Amino acid sequence: MSPLLSLILIPLVTAAFCMAGAVPRRISLFGAGANLLLSLYLLASYSLEIGGFQFVSENALFPAYGISFSLGADGLSMVLLLLATLVTFAAVWVTPQVEKSPGMFYACLLFISAGAIGAFASIDLFFFYAFHELALIPTFLLIGIWGSGERQRIAWKVTIYLAFGSFILLLGLIGLWLAVPEGLRTLDIRLLQQLGYAGILAPGPVVYLLILFGFGILIALFPFHTWAPEAYASAPAPAAMLHAGVLKKFGLYGLLRIAVPIFPEEIQQFAHLVLILLLGNILYVGFVTLAQKRLDLMLGYSSVMHMGYAFLGFVALNQLGLGGMSLMLFAHGLTIAALFALCGEISRRTGTLEFSQLGGLAGLTPKLGLLFGFAAMASLGLPGFATFASEIIIFFGAFARGNVGGFNWFQTCTALALWGVVISAVYMLRAYRNIFWGARGSAVKDDTEDLGCDVRWAVILLIAVLLLTGFRPGLLLDYLNPVFAYLP
Amino acid sequence: MNPLYLEVLVVLLGIVLLIAEAFDGASAKRGIVYAGIAGLIGILAASFFIDPAAMNAAAPYARFYSADALAIFLKQFALLATIVVLVMSLEYAPTVEANMPSERRGAGLGEFYVLPIFACAGLMWMASAVDFVMIFVSLELVTIAFYILVSYLRRSEASLESGTKYLVLGALSTGFLVYGITWIYGVTGQFNLAAIAEKLPTLDQAAAPALLFGFGLILIALGFKIAAAPFQFWVPDVYQGAPTPVTAFLSVASKAAGFIVLLRVVQTFLVVPALQEKILPLLAVIAGATMIFGNLAALPQSNLKRLLAYSSIGHAGYLLLGVVSIGAPFAGTAIVFYLAAYLLMTLLAFLVMTIVAQASGGDDLADFNGLNQRAPHLAFAMLIAMLSLAGIPLTAGFLGKLFIFECAVEQQHWILVILGVITVAAGFYYYLKVIRAMYWQQPANPDAPEIKVGPLAKITIALLCALIIWVGVYPGPLLALLP
Repeated sequence: MSPLLSLILIPLVTAAFCMAGAVPRRISLFGAGANLLLSLYLLASYSLEIGGFQFVSENALFPAYGISFSLGADGLSMVLLLLATLVTFAAVWVTPQVEKSPGMFYACLLFISAGAIGAFASIDLFFFYAFHELALIPTFLLIGIWGSGERQRIAWKVTIYLAFGSFILLLGLIGLWLAVPEGLRTLDIRLLQQLGYAGILAPGPVVYLLILFGFGILIALFPFHTWAPEAYASAPAPAAMLHAGVLKKFGLYGLLRIAVPIFPEEIQQFAHLVLILLLGNILYVGFVTLAQKRLDLMLGYSSVMHMGYAFLGFVALNQLGLGGMSLMLFAHGLTIAALFALCGEISRRTGTLEFSQLGGLAGLTPKLGLLFGFAAMASLGLPGFATFASEIIIFFGAFARGNVGGFNWFQTCTALALWGVVISAVYMLRAYRNIFWGARGSAVKDDTEDLGCDVRWAVILLIAVLLLTGFRPGLLLDYLNPVFAYLP
Repeated sequence: MNPLYLEVLVVLLGIVLLIAEAFDGASAKRGIVYAGIAGLIGILAASFFIDPAAMNAAAPYARFYSADALAIFLKQFALLATIVVLVMSLEYAPTVEANMPSERRGAGLGEFYVLPIFACAGLMWMASAVDFVMIFVSLELVTIAFYILVSYLRRSEASLESGTKYLVLGALSTGFLVYGITWIYGVTGQFNLAAIAEKLPTLDQAAAPALLFGFGLILIALGFKIAAAPFQFWVPDVYQGAPTPVTAFLSVASKAAGFIVLLRVVQTFLVVPALQEKILPLLAVIAGATMIFGNLAALPQSNLKRLLAYSSIGHAGYLLLGVVSIGAPFAGTAIVFYLAAYLLMTLLAFLVMTIVAQASGGDDLADFNGLNQRAPHLAFAMLIAMLSLAGIPLTAGFLGKLFIFECAVEQQHWILVILGVITVAAGFYYYLKVIRAMYWQQPANPDAPEIKVGPLAKITIALLCALIIWVGVYPGPLLALLP
């Protein structure tokens, strides 16, 4: 059996056990841990000298259409698979006691994980799309059953929004498929990339825009971002970790995998449009983030805002920009997962996330305070964390993109986008001050307990990886850079 | 084996069971339905050994009866649907008995089990019909069986009301059909579709209005059968009032038969470019209206049977989108594939609904509240049916939609494609409403009795679930069966 197939099957089998009534927490932790170890092993055994797609397995299912269940991973997929298994493990680890049908809860988490892993490991366009859609329903159930606030309305909104985005994407993919000359018709991403490099495959701007906005809705590109903050605020913490940390990366991964090799000209043609929208993400959503009065919504908006940087790397369309973007997928996934895990812990202790009712937690819960501090610094891009490395590479890449005379869109936008770093520093530090320092908030009780062992170590794991890859980004960039080596 | 024997066997089975039933006395008539299911399974198995070459192409019957791959596939389709409907009827028997005027044990059950078999024979003939007279006769055989079945619950006002509505509208659409056929016969002098297709290009321009008029009348009649807007208004009431197994049969088999006839008729008329220019836009308008009406009207429904009725209108819209895109080389296969997927998922949904409605006394969405806690396996089966109806990947329903949309994009029906995407998103809403009821809500009565599922129903549910996922992941074998 292909090792990548085991990576998908382990969470599915574990989910089946959970639903069948095994002790869900223990078995999920075991399954997720085994998956993490397997992905680390695969990362180590991936040969950097050979490069390209490895661990390939192909099973033709429907030759007339070219649908085949093919798995394979290149450097980019390997890094994202590590992200997915790492965040899944952490999410399962931090899950507190679930009262309403715990078996279903863990099964849903593992389903999302399997969907994301499947999407990252597929080299067939059909399964690439299908695995992502598979994760939609568990998200619906997780928010609807275990969410907080207006969970039902929000669950509908998210699901319909994402389904709509997915269908736009599907149309784009059908258009892409039809653009392949007859006789070469294939859904194999590797072959499509080759055709794209060779200039044989040129689907044109309409298909590009369908794909861009289809993925854009899934990534929460401005102005299609309104589903995301509400969803993350309402979802239970482990679900928010998985969705914001892993599943949302599917859209960016798709842009890197499909748009970059096949639509280089269209990306440049519409670069101005995307630049304006991404400034909407960074500046407009940045200011909206500043105005938030609740931690969960603030984190949700901050996650949307950071997607702007990823798009900046995308339109830069050079080695630096795309390399930085892929590193950012990894770094942002871990950071936001750590933040949502801690946010869930705060809400469990105080029963509220309103800044006005919080304060002075650091004295009572020093470990929570310290870890939240680390995660917050990672989020605002302090040097030493992988987030810093990725953002700076993106900025260099985007700035370098425009070394031509006259008014330069890229350099202007990069200069404006840099202000986003200041904005994130303001809201993150202010949130930290409001929650952990100052006078004791009205919702904070004297007997508030500090972090339990499980959550502590799960978050420490995430932060340790962020620091490790922050000091040695080369560890990951060695995998990522060869993917884009053909670009300037 | 000669394909002609299949229908003969089905009719014989029906007659034998009917006679046996008369001597069965006051029993639950379980033997009848088991024998019916076994017999149909046998015929289904035999249908895989059909040899179309055994038919004498020069024989007189070959002028109205064809046994091409499409026809044989559709016969198997009808047989499978009838088998599942019989399984459903077995679960539904208590409701039928309760609604009979006679107190005698098993009163009225025998015919309830046997009539679907006669309808099945009609459907199988319709699959082979390549002649307007044959089409008309087999369509009537199906419809008359349904007139009886729809109004079967004699003490239920809803059932009688829906029976009357179905009878009036069915008769009306039959009138349109006959009138349309006479116009076409008047112009071409032929009943046989192939002969008409040969004759059409030789006619002069003056005949075009008469042909179009005739085609329009036939389109109206078939519009009633497949529930296309604006001829869909009978569907919600009839579907809701009819006994649930009959509703399932109506929405699957009757619709499939209608589409096959539509496909054959449209293909006949498309040979003339002048007619094609007029016919395709007309179909496109109907397809768009059907998608919009079916999906939007389903949104506010709170009764599951009614919701499925509107959703079946919506699915007719997607199927019509396939008919509009008939120019694409893959369109015929796409439509038949969609029909097959629709059969699996709709029958699964109705089967689970029959069982749950028996146990909780109603088929409102509220009766499904908390089903996950009362009967997790049934809830999971319903989940799969809903996901497939909504079109989530790795289910049969998704591939069906994918193939249809692919043909539509290829034919560049952009407006219809955009409408389709919007209505699919709307579909997510109402299918998820069922999932919400089952998984989010608490059961109204926490200590309601356990839901009992018969062994035959259990096996059928498991098989249908497995088939939906299998076809969704690995469509190769099914596509190999298709023409």
